[in-house]
Amino acid sequence: MTPLHPPAATTSRLSAFANKHRKYVLAGPATFFIACMLIIPLGFTVYLSMTGASGSVSRNADFIGLANYLEVLTSNDRFWPAVGRTFAFTAVVLAVEMLAGLGVALLLWRTFRGDSIIRVIILLPLVATPVAVGMMWMLIFHPTIGAANEILSWIGVSAQGWLSDPRQALPTLMFIDIWQWTPMVALILLAGLRSISDEPLEAAAVDGANSFQRLIHVILPTLAPTLITALLLRAIDALKTFDIIYATKGKGGGSYHEAETLNILAYSYSFDYQYYGKASAVLVLFLIIILAICAVLIIMRKGRKA
Amino acid sequence: MSSKRLAYPIFRIVMLTVVVMTLVIPFAWMVLSSFKSNLAITDPKQLLSFSPTLANYETVFGVADFLPFLINSLVIGLASTLVSLVIGVPAAWVMARYQMTKSSTGVLVARIIPTISLLIPWYYIFAQTGLAGTYTSLILAHMFVSLPLIVWIMLGFFEQLPIDLEESAQVDGLTPIGAFWRITLRLSTPGLATAGILSFIFSWNNFMFALILSSAQTRTLPIALYNFISYASIDWGGLMAASVTITLPVCVFALIFQRYVVAGLTAGSMKG
Repeated sequence: MTPLHPPAATTSRLSAFANKHRKYVLAGPATFFIACMLIIPLGFTVYLSMTGASGSVSRNADFIGLANYLEVLTSNDRFWPAVGRTFAFTAVVLAVEMLAGLGVALLLWRTFRGDSIIRVIILLPLVATPVAVGMMWMLIFHPTIGAANEILSWIGVSAQGWLSDPRQALPTLMFIDIWQWTPMVALILLAGLRSISDEPLEAAAVDGANSFQRLIHVILPTLAPTLITALLLRAIDALKTFDIIYATKGKGGGSYHEAETLNILAYSYSFDYQYYGKASAVLVLFLIIILAICAVLIIMRKGRKA
Repeated sequence: MSSKRLAYPIFRIVMLTVVVMTLVIPFAWMVLSSFKSNLAITDPKQLLSFSPTLANYETVFGVADFLPFLINSLVIGLASTLVSLVIGVPAAWVMARYQMTKSSTGVLVARIIPTISLLIPWYYIFAQTGLAGTYTSLILAHMFVSLPLIVWIMLGFFEQLPIDLEESAQVDGLTPIGAFWRITLRLSTPGLATAGILSFIFSWNNFMFALILSSAQTRTLPIALYNFISYASIDWGGLMAASVTITLPVCVFALIFQRYVVAGLTAGSMKG
């Protein structure tokens, strides 16, 4: 046991105070920081969304009520297509990442010689800088000098436009996201699989259940809370995907806005056009969508646990 | 051994090989291209047989002058992580010990919110307070990601740590904060390492904050990399060398601290 130094008389009163109010003293700075950086700015964004603020943020803006929301919600050229792309992107990447992640997790479930090396390799995409990942795939998917088209030519398929083709840009970005984040789902589900006890599985095997039946009737129900958590974590990030889209397609999601999701649209309104009022309205709507989706997933998880 | 019992191990080896190849080949391609001249990059015949050159790295550290950006990324990553640890770890401890569920929900909300919705107000506030473009503004912005992350990871860690040691230390005459400082923190090295390492990686990779908030003096690596493609024709060799320069440190870092990175990424997925 380390010797305890008796506190000096001057600091003892301070120490007594800190200990008595430790909940507030210790949690105070962090809570204060989050409040300053989150609640006040969010209030400001809600206020801006009801003004005609544009050009310079410091210029006084007129209060125009819900006019921005009306304008945004009736904008068929940018807002609704962006909503559609955001949902399409999120739905496709989540579906593929959950399935592929589950597959990889099942492959790694039972330990074998060398599995630690594979778990290390799996980590690489998800720690790599997303902007650099975007650049890397931009070279691979380059229409004339890229390796992807080179490989296609070996099997006689003509060259594709990939990221530069307005119809293929979003699917290509989905592929990049799936490449980068499937390992994350796999690692979360692997941790979940390793915490399943052997007894129900053995019991099912004794009852004559084959591997597939055990997966459907024993493993997946037990894993359900972890599956929903992985889904929740990925949904939060997939809805907000910004780095790879902005790095590869630039402002506005390309010349035809072909890869413009809500986050890219809000960024574009904010910092390319300086339509702060309109941008804030998009962001408030976006926030409501995200919170609604997360609430549904959290309630689903609570229901599974009960 | 029957053929059926051999089928799964073979299937597993084949599938895992495909997975590993899919993940590794793009990286290998990036590294290879970073050692190629732009002529070799455009020539399919020089796929693997080419004369390697360091010219691209000379561009990155010479003409593009990446060293200051690397230092900026390091300074902002280390400072935001350290400050977040100092204020986040005690907060996580009291939240875990006194079941402050409302505070921990606030932490979750900070993770969910799209950070663009805060960037306009931050930009405005930083401009008004003369902090625009400074290290301080970027460190504060990065802390908005790292602090909730650290609190989230440490909350899970402290909840699993047995409370008995703290209690017996208090019987021996330590104050609650004394017990936290002398006993709990000493046992928390794995949790602290997990939280700190993940926070640093997230800061290093962050693109959006510096895109808006940084000035020429405080620009971070991802922005420097992005600026590489704003020219009319892309210098692919240089771009790949720059990409390797950003990715390699964080990959090596993650490989060394593999255990902690996995623990951090899967933190919170196992508990309520």
